[in-house]
Amino acid sequence: MSGLATYNFAYLDEQTKRMIRRAILKAIAIPGYQVPFASREMPMPYGWGTGGVQVTAAILGPSDVLKVIDQGADDTTNAVSIRAFFQKVANVEVTTRTKEATIIQTRHRIPEEKLTEGQVLVYQVPIPEPLRFLEPRETETRKMHALSEYGLMHVKLYEDIARNGHIATTYAYPVKVEGRYVMDPSPTPKFDNPKMHMSEALQLFGAGREKRIYALPPFTDVVSLDFDDHPFTVQSFEKPCALCGAEGVYLDEVVLDDRGGRMFVCSDTDYCEDRRAQGFLGDQGVPLKEAAE
Amino acid sequence: MSVEPLLKVNGLTKMYGARIGCADVSFDLWPGEVLAIVGESGSGKTTLLSCLSTRLEATSGSVEYHMRDGAYRELSRLTEAERRFLMRTDWGFVHQNPADGLRMTVSAGANVGERLMAIGHRRYGEIREAASDWLSRVEISPTRIDDQPRAFSGGMRQRLQIARNLITGPRLVFMDEPTGGLDVSVQARLLDLVRGLVHDLGLSAIVVTHDLAVARLLSHRMMVMKDGHVIEQGLTDRVLDDPREPYTQLLVSSILQV
Amino acid sequence: MYVAVKGGEAAIANAHRLLADRRRGDRAIRAIGIDQIESQLSLAVDRVMAEASLYDPSLAALAIKQSRGDMIEAIFLLRAYRTTLPRFGYSEPVDTGAMRIERRVSATYKDLPGGQLLGPTFDYTHRLLDPALQTDEAVETPLTRTPSPENTSRVTDILNGEGLIEPDSSMEDEHEPGDITRTPLDFPMTRDTRLQALARGDEGFLLALAYSTQRGYARTHPFAGEIRIGMVEVEMDLPELGFSVPLGEVRLTECQSVNQFKGSATQPPQFTRGYGLVFGQSERKAMAMSLVDRALRAEEFGEDIVAPAQDEEFVIAHSDNVQATGFVEHLKLPHYVDFQAELDLVRRMRAEQGLAPANTQSEQKEAAE
Repeated sequence: MSGLATYNFAYLDEQTKRMIRRAILKAIAIPGYQVPFASREMPMPYGWGTGGVQVTAAILGPSDVLKVIDQGADDTTNAVSIRAFFQKVANVEVTTRTKEATIIQTRHRIPEEKLTEGQVLVYQVPIPEPLRFLEPRETETRKMHALSEYGLMHVKLYEDIARNGHIATTYAYPVKVEGRYVMDPSPTPKFDNPKMHMSEALQLFGAGREKRIYALPPFTDVVSLDFDDHPFTVQSFEKPCALCGAEGVYLDEVVLDDRGGRMFVCSDTDYCEDRRAQGFLGDQGVPLKEAAE
Repeated sequence: MSVEPLLKVNGLTKMYGARIGCADVSFDLWPGEVLAIVGESGSGKTTLLSCLSTRLEATSGSVEYHMRDGAYRELSRLTEAERRFLMRTDWGFVHQNPADGLRMTVSAGANVGERLMAIGHRRYGEIREAASDWLSRVEISPTRIDDQPRAFSGGMRQRLQIARNLITGPRLVFMDEPTGGLDVSVQARLLDLVRGLVHDLGLSAIVVTHDLAVARLLSHRMMVMKDGHVIEQGLTDRVLDDPREPYTQLLVSSILQV
Repeated sequence: MYVAVKGGEAAIANAHRLLADRRRGDRAIRAIGIDQIESQLSLAVDRVMAEASLYDPSLAALAIKQSRGDMIEAIFLLRAYRTTLPRFGYSEPVDTGAMRIERRVSATYKDLPGGQLLGPTFDYTHRLLDPALQTDEAVETPLTRTPSPENTSRVTDILNGEGLIEPDSSMEDEHEPGDITRTPLDFPMTRDTRLQALARGDEGFLLALAYSTQRGYARTHPFAGEIRIGMVEVEMDLPELGFSVPLGEVRLTECQSVNQFKGSATQPPQFTRGYGLVFGQSERKAMAMSLVDRALRAEEFGEDIVAPAQDEEFVIAHSDNVQATGFVEHLKLPHYVDFQAELDLVRRMRAEQGLAPANTQSEQKEAAE
């Protein structure tokens, strides 16, 4: 117990990494299928990204460039903490720039920048089972997946429409993968669902507490569940980002004062900075240099 | 009408350890035929129904079902996937307690539409229309389509359960004491409705009941069970008007005179 | 003008510095030593070792100090260390019949071979705060007796002699002992893995479940057949040597509950049992575990499953306090992206119902400014 010096590269021992890699390979071979794996106790709490961290640790090599985001931002505390962890135990290069990263670990968002071949997006997943809130029993949900019994999923969507006139699921919106498995995309807003479809990047999902890994290999067919006459739609925002003027991106609402004043800014901080560096400005934005001062 | 039986049951036996659940039951069920299984509680009629509907594994004997493709399949050899598919398309099961057959926290429309969604229907409007149509057919006002069964009376729940089962046009429906727990007036209305539906749709049905009046109203043929054995079977009118076995005579005299 | 919040890194570093300061407390007071925790707060140390599944009193004491006495945090620290340790092999099953006994009580017999031995127990103390403990007053040395060289037979063995109780359960010969820290849980579980999960389960959770069975939620009619605490030798089989060698001793608490059973189609009327085994001295945990173990065997005995304590998926999936605390507490992580989506939905649904936003006017005014 003489400190971190005795820990292996990227914290996990090589046996454990091999076990996780086997699970990942199986997950890639059966897109959308939840592969059980012997999740380890990690030095951060369950529910704080232990699944994602284990996946990242298992695939990380010394030449990788790592980016970690939470809510789309690189500077949220948990993203900072996980990034610092890998700097400490693997001494890898880190970045906030989506383009430069080879591995991006994320919680709740997919970057706005289109991911490309060779990149890996690692999702932190709290509850991997899309059927869990319809059927709490693992023994039963496993059977439902095995037999493709997904009628219940549409019952839920039907109820949404009957009650609200539209589907009321806004995040963790279930998808069907390659026409076979129904999958939980992790609690990303449904806005990000289309980005999973036919993505050039490999997408890996790790759920530490629930001990499951699943995957979307590059160029996988990912369809958000819906009805033909009530098709899946994503959120749209009325105004562009107040800082960089971007449209068609996911925005966070920032409360400015207690009189109801608020503004909407990019949730993807790297994307926003990049645009401002290129000279794009929103109606409340300032050029990047000034802001830094 | 097809000339081949829908269901061929041969030597069906279920043992619970040394105790007999039901023993050596054989019969054929024909398309469009309604068969009543009557007996007192503990006579083995519910065990028999569970074995026939694959909810319980029989100890010995066979049940063959005439699939839509014309082939006979031994039910115990179906895969789990085939069995579940059959149960939600070609078969129906009406429970005595509607709460066992309904999703109580989901609207009536979704309850009725679930089977359609399960087999791949993806147009909300059509599912809703079909659900609405079926609600009317079981005499529930389509204005109640978004209400949950919790808000329904016992009779309405039972009718809702029937609609939920019939929407996929099944060929065979199992009913376990479908009128149990309902008021007499409600029972009569439900029986009337079921009789009409069975006739209009050309359904085959196996109805378990302890109530000979239900058997008389619904069934063409009946089997009387005692201690796990079928002791008498025949056309319903014949069995009720001219019972041959002393036990059946006792049943008929004690119940029908009231 | 708005500048997005930055500086997570500095904030975290500062928070940890403050944490270290609060952990140390008033510098005028002597820092507590690991040895003090280990020897004077030994029941806390035992609990941490038990629920971390790692028998190492010094590390457990360190974890307690580092966590400022937060037990679940200490368990978490020790587990995160344990997970990095290589597995050299598996020990032979310990023989609790050969335990060097410090305490042994049975509620089912007045007296029995080996005797009732109270040992270091809080039982029968009057819970009156003791002012003498405020200072370091001399404590009498305890009386000891020469331990009997013979093994103290277990109450279940005595009952078993008459065939009145089910025998020790056994696994098939080729059954490899499970390891829930190396293989993902799979429901339904085998009893060995289920007992493992219970042994590291949260003391409070198991206590509450055990209590619920006593209050009628799945009654199991238990008697405390025997509780024994003491040192047990751990041995490991070395294939190179062809025999097993002792690795050292661990302190264990074992509880066997004896439960009424009326018999079923396949089993005669006899007593059944629930089993509890915990690192260190922890009677409460061992007893609770034995009651829950028995309740979870409902299916095996053909009993109706009607209560939470009998529901394996429910009990085992929620008994791990490190998992539970992580997931409950993760709610404090930012969720604003999802919340934004929900905000948007609620606003839209309200608008569809013709409800105007409360502050439309001020917003419009600001926009116009």
